[in-house]
Amino acid sequence: MSASIRDDGGLGVFATLRRGVALSPQLVKGIWVTLGLALVAALGKVVVPLVVQQAIDSATGAGGPDVRHVVVLAAIGTGVLLVAGLCSALVNVRLFRSSEAGLAELRVRAFRHVHDLAVLTQNTERRGALVSRVTSDVDTISLFVQWGGIMLLVSVLQIVVSTAVMLSLSWQLTIVVWACFLPVALLSRPAQRSVARRYTAVREKVGAMLGAISEAVVGAETIRAYGVAPRTQRRIDAAIDATRRAMVRAQVMVAVAFSSGVLVANGVLAAVVAVGVVLGSWGEITAGQLVAMIFLAQMFAGPVQMATEILNELQNAVAGWRRVIDVIDTPVEVVDRGAEGVRSERGPARVELRGVSFAYPGGPPVLRDVNLELPAGRRVAVVGATGSGKTTMAKLVCRLMDPTEGQVLLDGVDLREIDGESLRRRVVLVPQEGFLFEGTIADNVAYGLRYEVGAEPAPAERRAAAAAAVDELGLTDWVEGMPRGLDSSVGQRGESLSAGERQLVAIARAHLAGGDLLVLDEATSAVDPATEVRIAQALERLTAGRSTLTIAHRLSTAEAADLVVVVDEGEVVQVGPHSELVASEGIYAQLYGAWVAQTR
Amino acid sequence: MPDRPQSGAPRPEQMTLTGSKVRRSLVLVGRGLRDEPVVYFWAILASGLFGALTVFVARTVGWATDSIVLPALSGDTDAQGRWWVAGLVLLGVAITLALSVAGRRMVAGLGVANLQARHRTRVTRQYLRLPISWHRQHPAGQLLSNANSDVEAATGVFNPLPFALGVVVMLVVAFVSLVTVDPWITLAAFTIIPVVIAVNAVFQRKMSPAITRAQQLRAEVSDVAHESFEAALVVKSLGTADREEERFADKADELRRANVRVGVVRAYFDPFIDALPSLGSLLVVVVGVLRLDAGAVEPGEVVGAAYLLTLLAVPVRAFGWVLGELPRALVGYERVARVVDAGGTLREGTRTLSPSAGPAQVELRGVTVEVPTPRGPLTLLHEVDLDLAPGRTVALVGSTGSGKTTLAATVCRLLDPVRGQVLLDGVDVRELSPQARTGTVTLVSQSTFVFEDTVRENVTLADPDDPDSPSDEEVWAALEAAHVADVVRRLDGGLDAPLGERGANLSGGQRQRIAIARALVRRPRVLVLDDATSAVDPRVERAILGSLGADGGSRPTVLLVAYRMSSILLADEVVHLEGGRVVDRGTHAELLARDPGYAELATAYERETERRARLAAQDLDDDAEVAL
Repeated sequence: MSASIRDDGGLGVFATLRRGVALSPQLVKGIWVTLGLALVAALGKVVVPLVVQQAIDSATGAGGPDVRHVVVLAAIGTGVLLVAGLCSALVNVRLFRSSEAGLAELRVRAFRHVHDLAVLTQNTERRGALVSRVTSDVDTISLFVQWGGIMLLVSVLQIVVSTAVMLSLSWQLTIVVWACFLPVALLSRPAQRSVARRYTAVREKVGAMLGAISEAVVGAETIRAYGVAPRTQRRIDAAIDATRRAMVRAQVMVAVAFSSGVLVANGVLAAVVAVGVVLGSWGEITAGQLVAMIFLAQMFAGPVQMATEILNELQNAVAGWRRVIDVIDTPVEVVDRGAEGVRSERGPARVELRGVSFAYPGGPPVLRDVNLELPAGRRVAVVGATGSGKTTMAKLVCRLMDPTEGQVLLDGVDLREIDGESLRRRVVLVPQEGFLFEGTIADNVAYGLRYEVGAEPAPAERRAAAAAAVDELGLTDWVEGMPRGLDSSVGQRGESLSAGERQLVAIARAHLAGGDLLVLDEATSAVDPATEVRIAQALERLTAGRSTLTIAHRLSTAEAADLVVVVDEGEVVQVGPHSELVASEGIYAQLYGAWVAQTR
Repeated sequence: MPDRPQSGAPRPEQMTLTGSKVRRSLVLVGRGLRDEPVVYFWAILASGLFGALTVFVARTVGWATDSIVLPALSGDTDAQGRWWVAGLVLLGVAITLALSVAGRRMVAGLGVANLQARHRTRVTRQYLRLPISWHRQHPAGQLLSNANSDVEAATGVFNPLPFALGVVVMLVVAFVSLVTVDPWITLAAFTIIPVVIAVNAVFQRKMSPAITRAQQLRAEVSDVAHESFEAALVVKSLGTADREEERFADKADELRRANVRVGVVRAYFDPFIDALPSLGSLLVVVVGVLRLDAGAVEPGEVVGAAYLLTLLAVPVRAFGWVLGELPRALVGYERVARVVDAGGTLREGTRTLSPSAGPAQVELRGVTVEVPTPRGPLTLLHEVDLDLAPGRTVALVGSTGSGKTTLAATVCRLLDPVRGQVLLDGVDVRELSPQARTGTVTLVSQSTFVFEDTVRENVTLADPDDPDSPSDEEVWAALEAAHVADVVRRLDGGLDAPLGERGANLSGGQRQRIAIARALVRRPRVLVLDDATSAVDPRVERAILGSLGADGGSRPTVLLVAYRMSSILLADEVVHLEGGRVVDRGTHAELLARDPGYAELATAYERETERRARLAAQDLDDDAEVAL
């Protein structure tokens, strides 16, 4: 099984685009109509040069300017400009609607897929990276579409249309114009690369600067208590100045790249005029045609610069898109058989591990050939040093992942065969750090309620359920002591509550969720004594009458359990009640001895 | 680097802006220009040159049309022979124009970079100067964004500003240049320009709230994803992935609508703004032909005027950019100003203490500490009198919120009392120089802070070339005394091993012992330990405290904020604190006998001790499994 997501899948630009469009068909809905409208919109760009050409030719022709002719042409030109503008507006609206619809779909799909991947629970460091796949990576594509994609389409069509018009006026001058812009198109790629490199340097310096500044913020107490503010200030000043220098360096590069574009855009004028005069004196073109070419060349510059710039940007957008696609294309390791699976019926839960081994991808085995039976309705405590594999055992029992070898059975059925929904109703995990969602205490407790999507109970109902759960666990006095009772806000990630209080809310949530087997990971963070007592009491009531499997971090828990499982270096070394294990030679007796010596 | 007078000097003008929005915007821009006068002198010069040259390009095209193109094409062989003159002149203008653009961009970039550095220096100076009570009221994330994204926002308007100033010059020169040609053509050209500027302004007005909303929602989508992924265990174990998907899809849909809204605003404005200069050019051509017919102008002059309008299309948008950036800049600037103008900086004294190596006496006289809250001041310490004899080890005991940490903080002058005095050897700590204070008292606080630095620098808190930096022998001695020398020896690089986020991973107890070594290397005369040994094995804690002063120096006065029985038992004397008041003081046995509140606490501590002992034992085994 693989817990890793490809970082740069082998997909090339076109493969990525193809796969991306296949995943979000909304993107290309009605694209041909949009392209047709865009072509009309591009015609707006050639109106002025053509009218100017007619005006000049009529002015220099025999009998002076034909005022009527020019006014009529200008009126037609105005009409074309308005129609082209309208088409251009329609193109924009259509593209925005289809692309955003497609991207929203992609975003949700990737989000759901991440939740189905085991990597989320196995590798906490990767979470930030995963968040960025459904947020900033999709944002990159969205911003590209908003600012670049449309401009690219419009620019390319403008280039096509103006080239066509230029060719109709003078093929020789068209070659001159293209010859001037070709170097821009070719050189812009390396130029943008070096600009990008310098911006990367800026980002690195900003990162280092934020690191230095965060010392002044997070370490404020230490800095003041030790009187080292001047040193910290020197370090910060150096980091700020390094950022400033990097910014200036990047700007210089941008200035050089940008002004060379300006040079070419205006230099092309010189070429067109000089070559045009020569061509004109040979009688190849008229004055009006030459002047129109001057206008066309000037209007050509914008789209060419824009298109090359955007084409390079496209690389970034495609890279972002590829990262999102890689997530979606990562196979799910823990496959839920859903309705095809065996429905596990409610009742006392008996768990059995048969020859279970487990290793994280590419890692050494964490558990080796574990055979264990956890009888129904009993309290089982797993003890062992950090790294012994006891947490892994708990994760296998909850089917957060599947064993590399062997089987985990619930009431005799392999967990892999059981319908996920029914498994989740029977086996409930109470994690070490009770994660809370931003909202009220009631919201968080009621999160444990079971219901189908779309059949969400009314707020009053949910609040009542939460109140009942709190009451059953004997936590009413604690909740009433909170500023707004059940409606007190827990803050982001529950940060307005202490670690112990978060634990209480998590226990109440688990209580509402019910379950026949509770897998408890004992908290290790410091808790004040009063809350400690409350947690113990609430856990007592939560576990009453249920099978429990507790990852014990304190031996008093093991002392109170019906059965103790001792894990050492991935193997189960001792199983039995506390009284028996303490009396026999072995790791447990040693652990217990050390613990007694320390606390007394 | 921009620098400002150190603390003690009179405060310069307040940074906070006052008055109407227009006034505040003008002051913001004015201050920026005044802060970097040299840079902006050159920026405005380069921009002005750029503006004038742009008009000159159009003039040159007109000139070339009249004096070379038209005569040459009507058969003038003299003009035909001068084809290269037109080319060279235009090329020369193009080069000068490109140079002015490069200059404008570089100087504008320099201006923004300098202004950002200036703001950041101001903000971070304040962070180091403001008292701990201020820091506690401001979340770290907010302070970081004040120094980063708020500064960027505050200076964002200076990016398009030189360009916009150049465009002003461009318009003036264009007007003068056109007027010399023909008033009617000028009128035709200049009817369109105000419309372009106005439409741009309206566009930016409409756009910025739409973009702000989309940005806001992008952050919200990210928050939902963050929260949901962080809750992965809960989600998985309760099987609520469907619900989470629905919650995320709702937010993603809101974002989709906001993005489409941005798109629709752009969709209608962009083509309009694009078409305006073309419409203007058509108008100029029509008027121009009429004037040609009347014989008032030359064809080249009409061409030049029409060409000028096509050149103006992009530059006049600069006004829109400036107007669009201003609201964001004001918000960012005001956030920065709130930090820079924050009062309450602790004034440092100048007195020193008589140089004595022995332990110092600590005395609190009627110390009252209050912190401001939205509901009025909250009293943390209430007229506390306390006397710690030199060399004694005193434990502070009390339930959560009783004021232990606050009391410890006043002794190190992390904050000042509103009434009363804290005296070190009889001298008020407010009168002491920072060197005298930090040379006498050191604090090891609850949360150990490890710098992104080597072990050595984490202990010395000095640069290696600093002559006052403790020697390596002294560092090792301190590490030995803190019982962490063995751990450091095992690290790759020893004293040079990097710590912090990207450095070696130390366990909680090891970090605490590094922090203790940091305190001990200074040979403090008063050592304040605020639950500084919570993750350290009680036996090790006893050994550390027992060996204080054993290396030849004298034993400091120790103030110990204790959370467990084993720590309390190490003290000569216990002070029981409740609700910011001293309830009783005496030996542990005395208090246990006569202070029922203390007796209750002591039992609770026993239980807590038992729990922590188990944790500390685990601490010895640092090969952390992938955390659940």
